[in-house]
Amino acid sequence: MADQVLNAEGLNCPLPIIKAKKALKTLNSGEVLEVRSTDPGSVADFAAFCNQTGNQLLSSSTEGDIYKFEIKRS
Amino acid sequence: MLDDAKLDNAKTMSLIVTKGSLDWAYPPFILATTAAAMDVEVTMFFTFYGLPLLKKDLNMKFTPLGNAAMEMPMMGGHMAMPNMVSMLPGAGAMAGKMMKNLMAKKGVASIEELREAAVESDVRLIACQMTLDLFEYSTDDMIDGIEIGGAATYMENALKSDINLFI
Repeated sequence: MADQVLNAEGLNCPLPIIKAKKALKTLNSGEVLEVRSTDPGSVADFAAFCNQTGNQLLSSSTEGDIYKFEIKRS
Repeated sequence: MLDDAKLDNAKTMSLIVTKGSLDWAYPPFILATTAAAMDVEVTMFFTFYGLPLLKKDLNMKFTPLGNAAMEMPMMGGHMAMPNMVSMLPGAGAMAGKMMKNLMAKKGVASIEELREAAVESDVRLIACQMTLDLFEYSTDDMIDGIEIGGAATYMENALKSDINLFI
C-alpha cells in the first residue's frame, strides 16, 4: 500500500511531475507515493523522472482512463 | 532522495528567455520547473521581451498575427486565424482569452503557477541589467528573489552548464 496518494487527474504536463516531486519530498526514504494521472504523456515522463532522480518506479499501470504509478522514494 | 542540487556532480541547465508573450512564456518555464523537479540546477536569464515575465503583475498577451502555423481546435476541427482578422481591434485580447480558457480547460498550468514552482524549487532567476535600463524597468516592479546580471554573468554560468537553451 502506498504511504501517500497524489491525485493528478485532469492535470497536464508538467504538473503531475512537479506535484509528484513535491509530494516525494514529504516522504521518508523507502516510503511509496501513488500518483493517479489522466495525462497519457505521464507514462513516459514518470519513467524518465524516476530514471533521472533515482526514485524507484515500482509499477506503472492503467485503470480505465487513469494512469497509476507507484514510486518508492530513494 | 538525496538533495542532488547540493552535490558537485549535479546536472545543470541554463535558459535564455527572450520572449514574453503568453505562448512563448511556456517552453522555458515548463522545462525549468521539470528540470528542477529532476534535481537539475537551473538558471534562467531573462532578456529583452522575456524580462516582463519577472514582473509582479503578469499581463501576457498573445497574438496569432503572422503565425501561419497556429490552429485552434474548434467544433471538432481546427481553425487558423487569417492575418486580416488578427489585425482587427480587440482580436489580440480575444485570442489571449481563448488561449487562457483552453489552457484552463485542458489542465495546463498558468505561467503564474509555473513561475511560483520555479521560485520554490530554487531556480535562479537573473534579470538582464541592460534590458532593465533600456526599457526603463524598475526592480521594484519585479518579483522578490531575482538577481541582476549581464552577458558575462550568463557566460560564466553557461560555460559550466550541461544544457544551454535559447528560447
